Amino acid sequence: MKKKNIKMEPILFHTFNTILMILICIMMLYPFWNTIVVSFNDAMDSLKGGITLWPRKFSTYSYETVFKNELLLTAAINSVARTVISTVLGVFVSALIGFVLSRPEFLWRKFVTAFFLVTMYVSGGLIPTYFLIKDLHLLNSFWVYIFPTLISVFNVIIVKSFMQQLPDSLVEAGKVDGAGYFKCFLHIVLPCCKPVLATVGLWCAVGAWNQWFDTFLYCSGESRLTTLQYEMMKMLSSAMNASAQRDPAAALAGQMSSVTMVTPASMRAAVTVVAAVPILVVYPFLQKYFVKGVMLGAVKG
Amino acid sequence: MQGKHTMKKKSAKQRSIEKKSAKQRSIEKKSSESKYVEKQYTEKQLRWYKLIGKYKSQKELFFMIIPCMIFTFIFCYMPLRGWIMAFQNFKPGKGYRGSKFVGLQQFEFLFKDKTFWQSLRNTLVMSTMNLVIGTVVALIFALLLNEIRQVGRKRIVQTISYLPHFLSWIIVCSLAADILSTTNSGVVNNLLLKLGIIDSPILFLGTKKYFWWIYVLINIWKEMGWNTIIYIAAMAGIDQSLYEAAEIDGANRYQKMWHITLPGIRPTIIVILIMNLGWILNTSFEIPYLLGQGLVLDVSETLDLFVLRYGIKNGNFSLGTAGGLFKSFISIILVSATTWFANHKSDEQIM
Repeated sequence: MKKKNIKMEPILFHTFNTILMILICIMMLYPFWNTIVVSFNDAMDSLKGGITLWPRKFSTYSYETVFKNELLLTAAINSVARTVISTVLGVFVSALIGFVLSRPEFLWRKFVTAFFLVTMYVSGGLIPTYFLIKDLHLLNSFWVYIFPTLISVFNVIIVKSFMQQLPDSLVEAGKVDGAGYFKCFLHIVLPCCKPVLATVGLWCAVGAWNQWFDTFLYCSGESRLTTLQYEMMKMLSSAMNASAQRDPAAALAGQMSSVTMVTPASMRAAVTVVAAVPILVVYPFLQKYFVKGVMLGAVKG
Repeated sequence: MQGKHTMKKKSAKQRSIEKKSAKQRSIEKKSSESKYVEKQYTEKQLRWYKLIGKYKSQKELFFMIIPCMIFTFIFCYMPLRGWIMAFQNFKPGKGYRGSKFVGLQQFEFLFKDKTFWQSLRNTLVMSTMNLVIGTVVALIFALLLNEIRQVGRKRIVQTISYLPHFLSWIIVCSLAADILSTTNSGVVNNLLLKLGIIDSPILFLGTKKYFWWIYVLINIWKEMGWNTIIYIAAMAGIDQSLYEAAEIDGANRYQKMWHITLPGIRPTIIVILIMNLGWILNTSFEIPYLLGQGLVLDVSETLDLFVLRYGIKNGNFSLGTAGGLFKSFISIILVSATTWFANHKSDEQIM
């Protein structure tokens, strides 16, 4: 009897564990899958509900509407532009600062490190920052998406601790051969840091792509500067207000009266998919990098 | 005899050399004197010269870092002067200098304001719930994940569970709103109806008692997998011979978890908990803002939202800044205290 128990226990545990893990995976994926299904289903049909695993009436009309919509197209272009620019600049600047701070002979090392670290803990807050942006004439300008978030101290720390692990002789050899610091940085250190730069790049890109608050705060008056996330926020906000009125009939009537074949819900689903797909596509390839990056950041930062 | 002769010869040679290089010698003397004098100067200024030399050799480093420092100064340090707004009756037209200084009056208003205390309470409750429940769930998940021996399966689960971390809060809120909605498409309500647990759909997002739990659940959904990364890495660092010894002593799976794995990652847990404690006034902005509208405003408004509402929407900049300053002040104290504590009380250094 006892022997049986001992043998049964691992099997029971592993079955239970596997089932639990599968459940967790379903929980993580299902909401997203449901949105994809709704986005591919006929909008009027979706209103009846009951769409769970597969589109009942397949239709790409929601996507056609999204891509034909000029506002959403502008939003998508802006989102891509800000993501690309802030990633390239952000990675370069983080690497630059990280390199300088990782040089042991740098005279102001302690002071400059403290100078950057303080900004992690102390920030002016919402309203003073708003007035600063206003004073700098960055309101309703594309550069407000790039400049304020350009230097991320967290990323700098990660790059710095990675560079500190590189042998000092690398840069010294470069110096002996007559290269200046900047040349050493560009041609010797940067190529050695590809893994950590991939991590930092992923974080910059995800941060820029997912940001909506700066559009909301600084550029809400300019429709040509809108971003995908901000448009989604507006859609969600109006959807929430409609449901908060506790009158689904009115909302439904409003939807019916519009002659178009799309409903706010199906539009929102389609935009959600459009906004999430770039991340879903890029992220699995970078997984091995960012796990290491998290470790570096967590231990040292 | 021979010796004397050579002596004479030498002396003659020497004399001839002396005559020839009389001028040179005088120069040499002078130079050696001046060297001696210069040495006296450099004893005093050696450091100084060396420092200048160092600065010259590191010129490029300064060229690289100073623009970044100026940038940081503008965008991170300049806003700090705006804190003065909290002590003024700030009017945007008059600027910082022209506005009237009112001392602590704004803080008096603030502390008398009922909604301020309400939002402080909401922030604290939501953060604490999130911190406690989130950590426990992440730990359990990490322990179970650690028990999967097949590398491939483990990686699949990890990949899927990290995924929500990268989606924006807007997308996450949108998904949550869909799933919890009362219309035909709300999955949770449908499921509960089908199972016969409820008779009519529950208005999850419009009921006060659910809001905090929804906040915590959404946070867990988004960050659970991500939070396990650090725990799993810490578990990988535990000495395997401990497990073998425990097995010989007859410990079962749960005993090993309880007596080896958890104590093994205790320093990590403490550090993470302490660090998060420092950020306890920082709640996610989006969930309360997007999902906490209308009916549940009493329990959903956080300090950040308070600042946004008073500061930007109502145009009462000073009161908003005072609220923000209050939050920053508490946060700075908490963060420095917890960082100090973590650095002194645990083996793992943070900074």
